[in-house]
Amino acid sequence: MVEIRTFTLKNKLGMHARPAANFVKIAQQFKSDIYIERNGQTVNGKSILGLLTLACPYNGSLTIRAEGQDVLAAMKALGNLIENKFGED
Amino acid sequence: MTTTQEKKTLVLKGIGVSPGIVVGKAYLFDPLDVQLSFYKLDNAALIPQEIQRFKNALKESERQLLEIQANLKKTKFNEPLYVIDVHILILRDKKFISRTMNYIRRLGINAEWAVRMMLDRYKKIFAGVEDTYISSRISDVQYVTQRILRNLSGKKRQTTWGFDDNVIVVAHDISPADTAQMKMEKVRGFATDIGGRTSHTAIVARSMEIPAVAGLDNITSLVQMADIIIVDGTSGLVIVNPYPDMLKRYEEKKIHYTAAKNEYLSHAKLPATTLDNYHVQIGGNIEFVEEIPTAIAHGAEYIGLYRTEFIYINSESLPTEEDHFNNYRQVVEAKELLWSTIRTFDLGGDKFPSNSRTAKEMNPQMGLRAIRFCLREIDLFKTQLRAIWRASAIGKVKILFPMISGIEEIREAKQLLQEAKDELVAEGVSVAPAMEIGAMIEVPSAVVIADKLAGEVDFFSIGTNDLIQYALAIDRANEHLAYLYEPLHPAVLRLLKNVVDVAHKANIRVAMCGEMAGDPICCLILLGMELDELSMSHLAIPRIKRIIRASSLQDAKVLLQNAMSFNIASEVRAYVQDYMTQHFPNEFQKEED
Repeated sequence: MVEIRTFTLKNKLGMHARPAANFVKIAQQFKSDIYIERNGQTVNGKSILGLLTLACPYNGSLTIRAEGQDVLAAMKALGNLIENKFGED
Repeated sequence: MTTTQEKKTLVLKGIGVSPGIVVGKAYLFDPLDVQLSFYKLDNAALIPQEIQRFKNALKESERQLLEIQANLKKTKFNEPLYVIDVHILILRDKKFISRTMNYIRRLGINAEWAVRMMLDRYKKIFAGVEDTYISSRISDVQYVTQRILRNLSGKKRQTTWGFDDNVIVVAHDISPADTAQMKMEKVRGFATDIGGRTSHTAIVARSMEIPAVAGLDNITSLVQMADIIIVDGTSGLVIVNPYPDMLKRYEEKKIHYTAAKNEYLSHAKLPATTLDNYHVQIGGNIEFVEEIPTAIAHGAEYIGLYRTEFIYINSESLPTEEDHFNNYRQVVEAKELLWSTIRTFDLGGDKFPSNSRTAKEMNPQMGLRAIRFCLREIDLFKTQLRAIWRASAIGKVKILFPMISGIEEIREAKQLLQEAKDELVAEGVSVAPAMEIGAMIEVPSAVVIADKLAGEVDFFSIGTNDLIQYALAIDRANEHLAYLYEPLHPAVLRLLKNVVDVAHKANIRVAMCGEMAGDPICCLILLGMELDELSMSHLAIPRIKRIIRASSLQDAKVLLQNAMSFNIASEVRAYVQDYMTQHFPNEFQKEED
């Protein structure tokens, strides 16, 4: 199964260290492969360095592509995290 | 005065990332003080072994970080924990690991070299990121690689803290993990080369509530172990090897800061008007332009003393007119200030880097300094006077001449000031039509002839530090005499009262800009004398204003009269202290820390 969704980052500082760490920790809980795409660049969603080098700022958009058995649950968990601004303001 | 103070004073400007003031000894912290060697493997057969070495170092690094994390969880500062999470995630990052192993395999290099190449690779990538908040995360990669390298070298690091309790950690940057290697109970402040408000240094310092200044560029190469360092996290300044007077001032500021910390600065801007409607103007003493915003926030209505010595001390050569002007301009441009009083150079010639041949003086406090030095080095003096005039065209400036001991000095200084103005006007440079001129009253002879001096100037500003030292013949730096240094000495009170009365009779204003002005115990005594202006370290302002607002001039006059009826200094002290602590219990309850 493949699941693709695009999100806009609403936390003020964008994808900095703390959000990236939270994202990776959640992504690693799923069996599916998670990829993040932004501006034609794709990185592994389970790699913190990948996520940081994507440099997604406030109001920037990124696309999550999940491939595997538990894509729906993975997308739901990651989507919630982004929409809740990673628990930041 | 001891002779150990030979090292050059350096003032470094960075970003204040955690407020407060602290004085301590430098401890240069280098998390990577092991020697690294980079080499090519002799043959391909060594590759598996090298990869295993890398994996072991990863495992050991993770184990250490988990241990540090567990220890941190037990302490009260949990805030930095996520940073360690980030570091652990980097250690486990598959891309990071596989690329490093590829370097080893493909290039046949040792693990140290491969890790180093990975760091360089990420440095390049992060440097291309526009968002500075994210690009500064390269520091996380740096930490992790440093830790791996340290574990590759196999050396166990013993952190030694050879000296006393007041340690200022000076480092390139500080991570929460680094703090695990420090005896944090001894650390009083941080000063780092890199970083800003969101750096690890800032997070750690704020969670520990200790002052920190980051972004100092190269402090690690300027400071030596055990140098005396002042960290002013409020103004973003770090002072290395402060000269004695400066050190003393900061010790005072530190005390005021502790007292002011918990106060509501929202009340600081209220005027210092007594219950019976007598108004005292409250100003701030500054040394660096960076202190102006905090001075204003703490309720300074004007700058009552801008010390200009630092402009001379900080440069390798003599400061130019532009150097002076650039500093003064920033002071007078602050719109919230009613005016700024600039005091001309107040040190001895020995403080000039270019003038070190000046003969050593047996008694420099009474030596060739301040106005005496300036009247001898007229060109140098005029450079400063011209810059002050130029600043006067931008905002309201008053000028203050230090160490005036007789009429001829003030006349000569005024003459040079007029000449400087005439020159500028002839050159077509704009200056204010007039400038108020003040004399520092700090030499006892000036007090004795205050009535005559009053005819020469627009205002007096009493410098209590020197006045008390000269009047009581006490070297302030001499610890054995400290008990004799008493601002409430009957003789001092008489001197002060005399100056105020004479000035008011001559219809000029009297200010006080010495430490006594900011001493809350002395506050009502000075109010009772009817000083017009009190200028002090900005941190002292909120408390002084509160005391004045809660008092009446009438009561203060009675207190002064009673205080002056005692014959012995210790009696005056006991009486005034009792009165103040009884009437203002809230202001004096924390005195003993």
